[in-house]
Formats: sequence, structure tokens, C-alpha cells
Amino acid sequence: MGKTLALYFRKKKRERQIAWKKAKMSKNCYLFILPYAILFTMFYIVPIGMSLVLSFTYYNVLEPPKFIGMQNYVNLILADDVFLTAFKNTFVLAGITGPVGYLASFLFAWLINELPRYLRAVAIVCFYAPSIAGSAYTIWQMIFSNDAYGWMNSILQWLGMEPKLWLSNPQYMLTVVIIVTLWMSLGTGFLAFVAGLQGVDRAQYEAAYVDGIKNRWQELWYITLPSMKPMLLFGAINTIASSFNVADVPEFLCGFPSTDYAVHTVVSHLKDYGNTKFEMGYASAIATVLFLAMILCNKLVQAIIRRVGK
Amino acid sequence: MKRIKLKRRQPNRSRGGDIGVYLVLVLFAAFMVIPLIFTVCQAFKPLDEIHKFPPTILVRNPTLDNFGDLFAIMGQSYVPFTRYIFNTVFITAVGTAGQLLIASMGAYVLAKFDFPGGRKFFVIITTALMFNGYITQIPNYLIMAKIGWIDTFLAPIIPAFAAPMGLFLMKQFMEGIPDSLIEAAKIDGAKEWGIFVKIVMPNVKPAWLTLIIFSVQSLWNNPQAQYIYSEDLKTLPYALQQITAGGVARAGAAAAVGLILMIVPIGVFIFSESNILETMASSGIKE
Repeated sequence: MGKTLALYFRKKKRERQIAWKKAKMSKNCYLFILPYAILFTMFYIVPIGMSLVLSFTYYNVLEPPKFIGMQNYVNLILADDVFLTAFKNTFVLAGITGPVGYLASFLFAWLINELPRYLRAVAIVCFYAPSIAGSAYTIWQMIFSNDAYGWMNSILQWLGMEPKLWLSNPQYMLTVVIIVTLWMSLGTGFLAFVAGLQGVDRAQYEAAYVDGIKNRWQELWYITLPSMKPMLLFGAINTIASSFNVADVPEFLCGFPSTDYAVHTVVSHLKDYGNTKFEMGYASAIATVLFLAMILCNKLVQAIIRRVGK
Repeated sequence: MKRIKLKRRQPNRSRGGDIGVYLVLVLFAAFMVIPLIFTVCQAFKPLDEIHKFPPTILVRNPTLDNFGDLFAIMGQSYVPFTRYIFNTVFITAVGTAGQLLIASMGAYVLAKFDFPGGRKFFVIITTALMFNGYITQIPNYLIMAKIGWIDTFLAPIIPAFAAPMGLFLMKQFMEGIPDSLIEAAKIDGAKEWGIFVKIVMPNVKPAWLTLIIFSVQSLWNNPQAQYIYSEDLKTLPYALQQITAGGVARAGAAAAVGLILMIVPIGVFIFSESNILETMASSGIKE
């Protein structure tokens, strides 16, 4: 037992020495990456760590943070009904807009890929534009406005139906937010898919045709998707980022806070405690929960994508 | 039968499928574009048309009055409006230039050298693509306050240098540069820095443009309100948002603002579409 342990440590030590030698040899590499590494650590890694630490404290910015253990998390789950509503809303929103947006990104990229060149360039702009159009989603407020000036309501009235309170009746609010979020969901991932599809080797398709692949669906599953895997992973990260961080759209459309918190999201809740109530410890606990949910979701999606084309 | 097949672009396509594809695309393209067309129309409507009942969607008597109003409001602002424009251009330009240099340097060694820790670092960067502002907002504010950057241009500019998306795309694109090119330069006696500046950077121009555009988009769309409170350091999107908050009387000017905020990023994208797609072709995450 002692012998194997000693052997193990000797091996570890040797590995360390090799790594150190390698590191010394690649001194220039570290010099090149140093400026980025410092800034990245300072503004991306340290904040995550700080957020984690602060989540175990009571901190109102004026007094120094006070350690309170798991109290924030206990309060989140047991004492904060609004958080549970926000969590449920985010879950529903991300659960619908994430997968649908992701599949739509791929589907449209795939369909666009078959268009002639100039038509394709135009189609890409059409589909991608809403996601980068700044505050263009504000137009949806005109479309779904509660009063008779709203276009949707004036259409309903013209058809002889009752106008509806799209933006303040909890029955419709979440649906409206989902529609608008989906409208904006063909983002960076969509571009990556379009570019990735253009890069799939043409010869593979010809070979597959000889091997007896009959239609576009078989082609998609056996050739296109497997050669797109790296893009699929990249797209997934982008989709997770955008679908878990929905807050601006519901806050603009339905107000803050919205009726019955019907479209209150985790990020809205985080902003509420961080920017308005200055309960930084509690807000950090919310941020940590959101962060963990995103990481977990990413792991899950990666596992699914690995099975594609098998 | 044979002739039809020859005419076809690809063998595995049925005609019915092709028609279906076009139909679906046109339908959804309309869903995507129509709200944007509304936004454009709204900006050119005279005030009486904006407040008309029943509401109209398309503009009947297009006018530039709203833009005139917008300029009039700009002229009355507390801080000269050119100041907001300068601030935005300055933050965007410096933030983007710094990111281009610093992220490219990091991307180069991550793409072309295998050194201890390099791969792990890249995995962390890939994960960081998921975080956007909200998760790190509070600690970031505390850090900025600690080092005294609140209410200075450093707060929006310096963190932008390290935005993970820039390094990620750059690194993936640089992997496409053949190693032989770098080896050849080494044999000719070039130093690391020389290789980076003279060989690598000129070969990744599409990625430059993509990085620049992504960076401009994020800096342009972000009003940066959380770190800056002096009026004369505020940015154009922030000032424009203030105008739209002016209520009914400013509905026209607000519509004009909406159009300006929308047209800039879309215009920039159209301008550089082919370069961005070339960069995106290498964006995949290899396992």
C-alpha cells in the first residue's frame, strides 16, 4: 500500500516537473495571453466568485457583509413567493423559447442554405435583424396595446370580437412575452448555423447519394447534423444565454412589476434586489441560482447533442 | 425523367418539398420583418396619424417632421447633443480597438500553441460566453467602486477588452491558419511578436471585422447607465431613451429614435455580412 502510494506521488511529482518545464518553455505564450487573462479574471471570474461568497452574507453596501450561512437560500425557497413565481416563469420561458428558438434557428438556417446566393443573403438579414435591432421590440407594445389603439385589439374589434388586455391580464401576458422573445431568438447561433451549413463538405452529400440516401431528411440526420456538431454546441450556449436572461422585454411590455408577477423573471427579481432594494447578499444568491441553472442546462444540452446522428 | 433530374440542382429533393420550403420561409420571414417595417413606418408618420383611431399600420403621408422634432429636442438638451455622440463613439472605438489587440494576442497563443493551462483556460472562456451582464453586475459594481472607476470611461471600456465572445471567435478562426506559414516565418528568423503582427493578423481580417461588429453592437446597445451618472459622460442610446420617455407629445420623436437605434446595427450587419459568415464558419466548439 505504502509502496504504491509512494509510486503514485513520485509519478505526480514527475508530471509536475514536466509541466513546469513545458510552462517555462512556453514563456512567450503566457506573456501574450497575460493582458487578456488579467482582465478576464478581474471582470468575469472574480465577480462570479464574489457573487458566490456574498450569497452567504447579509450585505446592504453601507455596512460590511455579515455571514449568515444558508439563510438567503432558505429564504429564497421557503419565504419568497415572488421568487418562486419568477423561477417558474423563467423556467417556462426558457423551456419554451430555448428549444423552440434553437430548433427554429437551425431549421431556418437549413432551409435558407438551399436558396440561391443573393436570395440567401437577403433571407439571412430578414431572419437575423430582429435580434440585433436594439429596442425595436418596443413596437410590440403598439401591436398588443391594451387600449383600442393596439393593432391586435383593433383587428379583434373589426372582426366583431371583444378586445383583450394583452399586457395586463395574466392569462395572456406570458404568451405575448414568449412570442416577442421568439421573434428575437434567431441570434448569433443562427448565424453560426448558416455559416456551418455552408462549410459542410459537398462531396459527402454526393457519396451519401450513391450510398442510397433518399431524401432531405435522411441527409439531414446522417450527414448534415453530425458534421455540424461543433456549431450545435456553440449555438446551444448562445441560446441558453439569451433564454435565461429574459427581463427587458417583459419589463417593457408589461411593466415592472407586472400584474400578479405573471411575467416576473429571475433576472427581474435579481435587478429588483440588487438595484432597487440594495440587498446585495440576497441578490447574489439569486444570481448564483441562475448561474448554476445555466451551467446545468448547458451540461444537459451537451449530453443530448453528443447523441445526434447516432 | 432523366432530363428533369439533370436540371435539378441537387438529387435528393422533391419538387413538392421545394415549394413547401419556399412557402414556410416566406411566411416566417414576414413574421420577422413586418414588426420592423411597422417601426420604420411609425417614424415617418405625422403626429395626427400616430394618434389616429382606428390605428393605421402603414404610413399615408410620410413626413420627416419627427426627425425635425428630434433635432429640435436635441438642441435643447442640458448637455450639447454632440457630447453624447462623442461619448458613444469614443467608448465604442477605444473598447473595440483594445479588445481587438488584447483578445487577438490571447487567441493567437491559444490557437497555435499547446501550453499547460491553455486548454483549461479556453474551456472557462467558452463557459463565460453564457454569462451576460446581470450575473456579474453587482460584484462588478463593487470592484469598480473599489478601484475608483465609477463615473469614468474606464468602467465601460476596460471590461469590454476581455469580452469572451471576441477571443472565442478569434481563436476559432486562427486555428484555420496553416502551421506551415508560422513555421516558415520562424525559419526566416521572425520573433513571436513579428509573426503575430506580420503573419497572423493580416490573415484573419474577416475575424477582425466580426469582432469589431460584435463589440460595436454590444457597446452601442448598452446605455452603460449603471456605472456612469455624470450627464456629460452619458451615451447616445441613453440620451435617446430619455427622449422616448417624454410621453404622448414626444411620440413622433420617440419613433424616430427607435428607427435610428434599429438601423445602425442592421446597417452595419448588411455591410459586413459575408465577412461575419466566414468567421462564423469556424465558430464551432470542438470537444
